[in-house]
Amino acid sequence: MTLSVEHLTKEYVKNGQEPVQALVNISLEIQDTEFVCVLGPSGCGKTTLLRIIAGLERPTSGRVHIDGTVIEGPSQKLGMIFQDYSLYPWRTVNDNIAFGLELNHVPREKRAKIVQKYLELAGLSDFGNSYPHELSGGMRQRIAVVRALAVEPSVLLMDEPFGALDAQTRNMLQHELLEIWQKTKKTILFVTHSVDEAVYLADRIVVLSPRPGHICEVIPIDQQRPRDRTSVEFARVRRHVLDLISQKCSFQ
Amino acid sequence: MTLPRAAFRIYNWRSLLKFVLPVAIIVVWELFAIWINNPFILPRLEAVVAVLLAPTADILGNGSLAANAATSLERVLAGFFVAAAIAIPLGIGMGRSVTLNQLFDTLMQLLRPIPPLAWVPLALAWFKIGLVSMVFIIGMGAFFPILLNTLYGVKGVKKNWIETAEILGAKEHQVLSRVVLPGALPTIWTGLRVGFGIAWMCVVAAEMMPGTNSGLGYLIIAAYNWSQVPVIIAGMVVIGIIGIGVDVFFKAIERRSFGWRELER
Repeated sequence: MTLSVEHLTKEYVKNGQEPVQALVNISLEIQDTEFVCVLGPSGCGKTTLLRIIAGLERPTSGRVHIDGTVIEGPSQKLGMIFQDYSLYPWRTVNDNIAFGLELNHVPREKRAKIVQKYLELAGLSDFGNSYPHELSGGMRQRIAVVRALAVEPSVLLMDEPFGALDAQTRNMLQHELLEIWQKTKKTILFVTHSVDEAVYLADRIVVLSPRPGHICEVIPIDQQRPRDRTSVEFARVRRHVLDLISQKCSFQ
Repeated sequence: MTLPRAAFRIYNWRSLLKFVLPVAIIVVWELFAIWINNPFILPRLEAVVAVLLAPTADILGNGSLAANAATSLERVLAGFFVAAAIAIPLGIGMGRSVTLNQLFDTLMQLLRPIPPLAWVPLALAWFKIGLVSMVFIIGMGAFFPILLNTLYGVKGVKKNWIETAEILGAKEHQVLSRVVLPGALPTIWTGLRVGFGIAWMCVVAAEMMPGTNSGLGYLIIAAYNWSQVPVIIAGMVVIGIIGIGVDVFFKAIERRSFGWRELER
């Protein structure tokens, strides 16, 4: 799998007004099984970038392709995880995970097996018959992640998925996400505004500048996993990222 | 945990509050009835209860209370289902498609403020007295609450729910049947409940129109013509009871099936 973004530009045109540029000339190549974080301040267009890659919005110019096929609409090759989980409140956890399989007419028995597998991966085997509102935010986001994984996309697109969670849950989910990533060998593109989160998770951090968003720095993180947030080494990398951002990007 | 005795007493006292006014009205009614002593103006309670306790007895050759209530219910159900069958698909269409919304919006805004009973003369001119004009008038009453709630419900379906489905591979019809419809259903249900309430009011009023010869509304008017005040009041009580019964039914389903709406977030 390779995902490539070529010269992507996005302008919003409001009636009778000057077009507003959201993204300018974004080019990015993401390798198979790579974990890339897109880091940027609010309003820099990072969510727009993710939505264009997901096929939910069209770019003004440029294009995205996955394995040579141009993305022109939502695709099952690309799973998406929203900050608000977007679980269906009228479906049980099992039925939420099964949703994508149902849409693709996977037979019932096979569906049940797959759901069981992903329920275990999420560590929520006892909650299959619960409804989303009975679960905590962290549990809901785990369900959203495995619901996306159940249709076996090659890429997971995550839009500040842990932004609504408390710090402790957030750290735990970051750790679990890395485990899932290593187990399932997916490619992950993860949008965040937290330097800490990006340094903890990423193989590579793509830093976007404030609006109009353009790539102002790409920083590889070579540190061994699991990374220890309290270590001197982690602090050093984090400092390095912050320095680069303050030198080259006009924020922070 | 055991509550102190006083807490129990206050709780019971509060829960009894809702019965205070109905009982007071009955007492005042009875006092007035004794004082006025004229059954053609205000009958004694027992006269009304006697009518209510004999629901299958014929009343002045107009059929029984139960039979007339059944007739009214049949009419209201027919009108209600016709209204729902048009309003729900139209509401979904208008909620999902800007084109359809543009096309229908003005017409709906124009028709909506017209009270259902203002359609009576036209209905009579077009369809004559009979089931069709009844269904038309009742349908007019139920239509707009169902339409507007459906529209509101469909528009309130979270964008992320729809996008998630599209990414997971949903075709347009699957988005509609598996995301939009279940997502909007609680609101549509509210529309059905409100619509039924209005339809029920319309049927009784429509049955009071000249030329009708059955139904609770007709029975009340007939009883008035024969100065049978106990029958008038008994008819009104039955109208109220059926109205409450249907509302309770709708609310029970709502609580059981759409609890997620309140518990969301």
